[in-house]
Amino acid sequence: MNGRNLRNDLFYYLGILLICAPFLKMHTVYVPLVLLVAWGVRSCAAFAGESRTFSDIRLKTVNTLVAHQTLAVGVILSAALLLPFASSNYLIDVLTSAILYAILATALNITVGLTGVLVLGFIGFYGVGAYTTGILTAKFALCGFWIALPLSGLAAMLCGVLLGIPALRLKGDYLAVVTLGFGEIIRIFLTNLNGLTGGPNGILGIKRPSFGLFTLDHPRDFYWFSLAMLALIVLIVSRLANSRYGRSWVAIRENEMAAGALGINVFRKHLLSFSLSAFFGGIAGSLFAVKQGFISPDSFTFYESVLVLCMVVLGGIGNVIGSVTGALLLIVVPEFLREFSLYRMLVFGAVMIAFMVFRPNGLLGSRMITQEIQDREDDGQ
Amino acid sequence: MFLQHLLNGITIGGSYALIALGYTLVYGVLKLINFAHGEIYMIGAYLGFILISLIPAMPPFLQGNVILMMMVVLIVAAAICALYGFYLEKICYRPLRGAPKLTPLISALGASIFLQNFVMISMGAKDQIFPQTIGMKTITLGGVSFTLLQLVIIFSSIALMALIYWFINRTRLGVAIKATSTDPYMASLVGINVDTVISVTFMAGSFLAACAGVMIGLYYGSINFTLGYLGGIKAFTAAVLGGIGNVPGAMVGGFLLGIIEALGAGYFSSEYKDVYAFFILIAVLVFRPAGLLGKGVNERA
Repeated sequence: MNGRNLRNDLFYYLGILLICAPFLKMHTVYVPLVLLVAWGVRSCAAFAGESRTFSDIRLKTVNTLVAHQTLAVGVILSAALLLPFASSNYLIDVLTSAILYAILATALNITVGLTGVLVLGFIGFYGVGAYTTGILTAKFALCGFWIALPLSGLAAMLCGVLLGIPALRLKGDYLAVVTLGFGEIIRIFLTNLNGLTGGPNGILGIKRPSFGLFTLDHPRDFYWFSLAMLALIVLIVSRLANSRYGRSWVAIRENEMAAGALGINVFRKHLLSFSLSAFFGGIAGSLFAVKQGFISPDSFTFYESVLVLCMVVLGGIGNVIGSVTGALLLIVVPEFLREFSLYRMLVFGAVMIAFMVFRPNGLLGSRMITQEIQDREDDGQ
Repeated sequence: MFLQHLLNGITIGGSYALIALGYTLVYGVLKLINFAHGEIYMIGAYLGFILISLIPAMPPFLQGNVILMMMVVLIVAAAICALYGFYLEKICYRPLRGAPKLTPLISALGASIFLQNFVMISMGAKDQIFPQTIGMKTITLGGVSFTLLQLVIIFSSIALMALIYWFINRTRLGVAIKATSTDPYMASLVGINVDTVISVTFMAGSFLAACAGVMIGLYYGSINFTLGYLGGIKAFTAAVLGGIGNVPGAMVGGFLLGIIEALGAGYFSSEYKDVYAFFILIAVLVFRPAGLLGKGVNERA
């Protein structure tokens, strides 16, 4: 402990106090709190600096879970199937939205996780899907839900292709910003095209889907339906991830130039992952529209895009099961912390930073292929 | 009418240019888009608001002189905001240097959400109305009406731009920033402390953003904690329009975007006012990613 260190510490804490002071209206009660947070941030940062290996620490339980993935998925799925018998309608409703977000996160994971393309306006596809269903089934009552569902996916996919063809020539940050712009443009159009979308008031009276005479009116029925959709989509995406396509996506993510040199058509593979991701996003939107029965532009803000991205990041970029876990955590946990709902986003932001600093691979990490390569290298040595 | 729209566009454009300079400077040294920059601008606006509400408690010699008072508010708000920039870099970006591209971007989003909610919780979610202090009287000259405030804003933004231009081209620290933008490794070899330069860059960018925030707050008369999002995106558009990493480009881009927006809102539809920026952004990125003043495309994955 020399004088220089002491001086640095002093400046650090005084600076933090100074910048927080105007916002806390100089109430002295906050001073210890601010100092505590500042101390926490600093010691965490020091810890991160000392041991970069922290992110390599493998959580043992997680590893066991991944090793017995089939069993784990079976147990979780049967628990999820039986859950509605043991819970209130409110909880079922919360879980249903968690499932819809899980579909979204799984879809976003195709681009962000597998292909390594950051998409910030993903909610735009969700919005297109939801509005396609809303317009087709309620506003103009052109067709039933079962026709609208694939059409919603296709409409979102079309947007994906139209946006992707020019935008996917860009890289990294630029692409992220263009997709962000896309999400905003969709929202502004939804708000202003009054004739088609009902403007800020949205579309009302979207009916629940039905099988012949049997309507999915009860929250429980709809829960099972969405669960089935989620299982189907997770199955498709995880099969895709291990297919020739998935492998070429990961190849592009790891090294675009090398992938191109190996004969992968980078642009076409990018476009495919982008439009598939948009398709599933649109499907999720369609489900959202029939779940709520009411849609308005307020449901498709930038905040939602960030929320979905958080789920992907939290669960582990590139890990399909991780995205589902992330969605469950981010939707269900805040429900139990309703009293603190004001502080929810504050904590989200801090958690996002902390994850990037300490565990950039997320809770479960991208084990699938990177890990395989790692294991093979370990074996070789 | 045309001149009227032009003048309004220049007023807003000056602020866009000031914020855009922050994006451009940081992109220059770190090759990173500081997504939390918009929130710094929002915090600047709030600091301005807080300081202006403190005016009745200020010494009388300040209260008598409106211009001097505004200068004090601007400088104090900007100085505090510079510290925000300093801590932002230290906490959210420095530990991630050398990490894959996606990582700092997500941490920037996290910082942006954090700052937004910090302000929302401490100041409330409702709009804050700026006390009307100076130059609200409308002057009409040759069919163009404007307020004194508008003129002050235009002149201050031009003065600040001249200041930053001088800082970058004529001072030792500024030249060090330029050197680091060109090649950080070489810069470190010739004895430039790259960490210090990066901190200074963030502080300079935040300083300008805070000035823009205070001026926009005064101009529109009310501020909200969500201000930073749109403001940030538009300023980013301006930076891209002029060529990101290019200092004069950011200034030109800012004014141009402000003017396009004002003309678009005036002649077409003001409902779609915010869409113009996004369309320009997408068009520029797709057709001319290097921007108007950029030299050659220099895309990095």
